[in-house]
Amino acid sequence: MDIKDTLSGPIFRNNPIALQILGICSALAVTSSLQVTMVMCIALTLVTAFSNLFISVIRGFIPSSIRIIVQMTIIASLVIVVDQILKAVAYEISKQLSVFVGLIITNCIVMGRAEAFAMKNPPIPSFLDGIGNGLGYSFVLLTIGTVRELFGSGKLFGVEVLPLVTEGGWYTPNGLLLLPPSAFFLIGLLIWGIRSWQKDQVEQPEFKIAQHTPVEESA
Amino acid sequence: MSSNNEGLGRVLTVALALCIVCSVVVSAAAVVLKPQQQANKTRDLKRNILMAAGLYDANMSVEEQFERVTTRVVNIETGEYTSEINPEGFDPRAAAKDPSTWVRLSAEEDMAKIIRQAKYSLVYLVNDDEGELDKIILPVHGYGLWSTLYGFVALESDVNTIVGLGFYEHGETPGLGGEVDNPRWKALWEGKKAFRDGEVAISVIKGAVSPESPSADWQVDGLSGATLTSKGVHNLVQFWLGENGFAPYLENLRKGEA
Repeated sequence: MDIKDTLSGPIFRNNPIALQILGICSALAVTSSLQVTMVMCIALTLVTAFSNLFISVIRGFIPSSIRIIVQMTIIASLVIVVDQILKAVAYEISKQLSVFVGLIITNCIVMGRAEAFAMKNPPIPSFLDGIGNGLGYSFVLLTIGTVRELFGSGKLFGVEVLPLVTEGGWYTPNGLLLLPPSAFFLIGLLIWGIRSWQKDQVEQPEFKIAQHTPVEESA
Repeated sequence: MSSNNEGLGRVLTVALALCIVCSVVVSAAAVVLKPQQQANKTRDLKRNILMAAGLYDANMSVEEQFERVTTRVVNIETGEYTSEINPEGFDPRAAAKDPSTWVRLSAEEDMAKIIRQAKYSLVYLVNDDEGELDKIILPVHGYGLWSTLYGFVALESDVNTIVGLGFYEHGETPGLGGEVDNPRWKALWEGKKAFRDGEVAISVIKGAVSPESPSADWQVDGLSGATLTSKGVHNLVQFWLGENGFAPYLENLRKGEA
């Protein structure tokens, strides 16, 4: 597998959110303002990349009976370090992200990549795989964040783009977009878009609805 | 993954080594970054004090703006300033944990469910340009639905009109009880009166306040979907402005002899 493939694969072809439907919870929670989304994306990308790297480095020593605990310990330590750094350098944003940084520990993408990729591959490709999956996650989050912030509060990165009616402009914001459920609709639309473009992502139906057969007339 | 990985000894060694390495990394990060985190917390606290008083200007540094604010330590029971304690190093939360500096509240007294109350509290005073007392900012806290809410109530120099209220730390449900942070809700407090005929009258009511109501000046809309948090805010404001809270101090201020 070459570098370009490892990095760009997870963005469209094998996107962790759009194809594997992982990490949805944080995609709903932190996408109402782009600034917060951005920090979350960076944090998640770093955690995925470094946990993959460390797990891959010690993969030869991990007894398979405790491998999940070992992965969790490494991921949890990294998340705490990231949280501490955020509290020190970006206090306001860390207050807004509140529990969601801590919840990176339970983000299925991190764990999934550690178990599926880093346990079987050398350190450098694992690290790149982490970065790639982080980028895939960031791509979806930033797309949703852009739509939600632009149409929900008329701003991008906190800078006014569409002047709001309440502040003397013409744009009436769509309040639904500021609430988490709106991200569900947006993710759905995004998945629809990606799958109409990349047809091979469409899943085979698990069962088919049979043709209607008329009930035999009972005498 | 070779087969010699699976022995009990191997499992224990790997687990132990991993735990030691991870704990060293985590504690190193916590220790190294602590001073900066502390500075951020202090700045955030000061910013919240300024915001409660409606003085905050995002374009100026917090430290610069905070120079207008004088911090004093007040004895809750007598309502007098005390010089025994230096406001610089006084930590009200630590004081509420130290048996020598707190009083246990009885169940009837303890409306805000804080259980232990420190004997001393900080107050923040803002003087106007002539050096006259302009605003009084009182730290308040109390239990909401899930968490203790920590915040400030600011009063005008008439010791009655509320300038603002704000919380800097709480763990209420985002979107419901967490709406105590909503600027539109906080703006409702502005201009309300705290006392009526010497009694604490300010209250958070269920639903919206009708402007025609004779009590409208003493009432604030409750938060919809957050009945218990609204109740918590109501109780904590009542408690801290009342007899067991800052009432003796405010009385002294009215008489001008605090």
